Amino acid sequence: MTADRLPATAKRGWSLYDPRLAWLLVAPAALLLICFMILPIVVMGIYTFYTFVTAGVEEASLTVANWHEFFTDSYYHGFLLKTLRVGMVTALICAVVGYFPAYFIWATAFRQKWLLLLLLIVPFWISFTIRTFSWIHILGEQGLINVWAMKLGLIEAPMQMLYTEGAVIMGLLHFLLPYMILNIYVSLEGIDRTLVQAARSMGCTNAQAFREVTLPLSLPGLAAGLMLCFVLAAGSYVTPQLLGSGRDALFGNLIYDTIMGQLNWPMGATLSIVLFFILGSVAAIYTRFMGMSQIVKGLGG
Amino acid sequence: MKLSSTTRLERLKDRYQQGDLDRRRFLGLTAAAAASAGIFLPWGNKALAQVKNVRFDGWGGTVQEAMDKYAFQPYTAKTSISVVQGTFGDETEIIAKAKTSAPGDFQIVHSSGVEYYVRYVNSGLTSEINEANIPNMANVMQAMIDPFRKITPKLSAVPYNYGTTGIAYNTTVISPEEAAAKGAALLTDPAYKGKIGGYDSMTTRVWYGALGSGQDPNNIQDIEAVWAKVREQRDLAKKFWASGAELMDLLSKGEIVVSEAWSGRVAALQQQGHPIGYIDPPGSYAWMEDLLVLKGSPMAECEELINFMLDVETSIAVSEGQSYPPSLDPTKVELTDKIKAMPAFDPTGKMESLTFADPIYWAEHETDWAKQWDRIAKGA
Repeated sequence: MTADRLPATAKRGWSLYDPRLAWLLVAPAALLLICFMILPIVVMGIYTFYTFVTAGVEEASLTVANWHEFFTDSYYHGFLLKTLRVGMVTALICAVVGYFPAYFIWATAFRQKWLLLLLLIVPFWISFTIRTFSWIHILGEQGLINVWAMKLGLIEAPMQMLYTEGAVIMGLLHFLLPYMILNIYVSLEGIDRTLVQAARSMGCTNAQAFREVTLPLSLPGLAAGLMLCFVLAAGSYVTPQLLGSGRDALFGNLIYDTIMGQLNWPMGATLSIVLFFILGSVAAIYTRFMGMSQIVKGLGG
Repeated sequence: MKLSSTTRLERLKDRYQQGDLDRRRFLGLTAAAAASAGIFLPWGNKALAQVKNVRFDGWGGTVQEAMDKYAFQPYTAKTSISVVQGTFGDETEIIAKAKTSAPGDFQIVHSSGVEYYVRYVNSGLTSEINEANIPNMANVMQAMIDPFRKITPKLSAVPYNYGTTGIAYNTTVISPEEAAAKGAALLTDPAYKGKIGGYDSMTTRVWYGALGSGQDPNNIQDIEAVWAKVREQRDLAKKFWASGAELMDLLSKGEIVVSEAWSGRVAALQQQGHPIGYIDPPGSYAWMEDLLVLKGSPMAECEELINFMLDVETSIAVSEGQSYPPSLDPTKVELTDKIKAMPAFDPTGKMESLTFADPIYWAEHETDWAKQWDRIAKGA
């Protein structure tokens, strides 16, 4: 039956796949996104052109002074590069360290596989800040490692582990590893296992089957994990604040200090928009080539 | 005659029942009334309702515990008005929060004295206290009130206590004689590299940088020499702490053996039995703290609470609990021996023996110095 032959009442009513219904259903989420994400970013964007007068005071007279300062001051560029470097190193370590547990969970014949997945999620039940603080009691001078190393006679004086870049990366790994493992695991779960068997039956060794079949097919998950870990690490603020010294600060700490310490909101807004733009670009490039579906799958477990 | 909303709605209902209004119009008007009441209520009720609590934000730890135990709890028992408490590590946090909140969301702040008072004034966050409602202000040292009155003749804050940021040291590593001999130079002594701490605050960093480079912190002639000293300490330091609780943790666990420290926090550590000594080197940084009432606060209730806190008995109890001398004038009020033995205590009531920051001088440089310290702290 064509549309023009439908009775008048049916034409007025809504079908299940009516675009109007789709818009209606998506409207609350879209409204929330506009009010709590798009608008604040726009406001922040406008704020970058405000004039800073003194701590806590700014004027609505528009200026490009904040952007000029950002583009001409190497202090900001140095921290931006450092943040990208720490983000990349963290993401790469997450990938190397995270692949093995993900592969193990996928390949194991253990019947209670859900238990292994649960172990991955358990850390999320404890506050992120408390998890980060726990490293102080492990890496500190009076912490677990130093105390036992000294008791065993391995070292004479405590090692400086806390308040270093290594401690910051360690804290970030602790926080991000589950994201990486879940992404890789979900990708592995999507592989048709008969492909591996086929490769084996055609003469591949286990290592070759892994290299030629399993690894390439799990790359989308690995890439999603890399992107997620990089973006989260590069945008982190609490971990470097708690586990690092001033020198180990990341760009997020610069933003915090500018807004909360110097009370210079226009400059803080400028730095925030810069970080948003850079991390957003990374996510956009990833989406262009890989699509968002892999991340959604990974986050969903 | 002014009609209440209830009367208006009752009249509307009568007109509908008598047939003056059709059903559509009656429902429309009722819906409009309900919508306007709904929009009004969240703010209207807040303004009209009787105040049931007062918001207080302070430094947390032993200082706020003393206030809670000896002032807030008795005040609530007496008035049924509860004191909702929040804490901050650095006072700029609360300025940022107050700026982004509705007036009245944050009400009383345990503020860091005159230097910060200027910032609140600049940000338009201050109120005007009716001093007639705080008769206990008569006991407060005039020398503490005057600096505030110079900034705003009508006060928004009342001084409450004072202290110093001197030098704390671990007595098992550094002897009192060595500490007294070296003074501010202890903070840049290479012998303690990796065991030195400091407060992550521009004012403290610049102040001790000035003392270390032999300058008057209220009249710095060579700021580059100060930054050089600040960098020197940065390179020797293990950690710049951000809160009193973190300072106490670092000192008590032996992570650092020498640091600038707040006199009251050191006294608390000493009472807990930790081997920590304290000296105020010449020119040590003295500060006063005040109870600042922010714009939009319920003034009568805030004034009542401040008056209660300034009551001699309450003030002395809080002072002994937090180990900072009170703002009560020792020439008017008999203070206890425990208070008289506290670091920084001034028996004259004139505060001439203590060196406070000149608020005007520091406000002039605050923006540039805060930015520079942030950079140095990050390795610049």
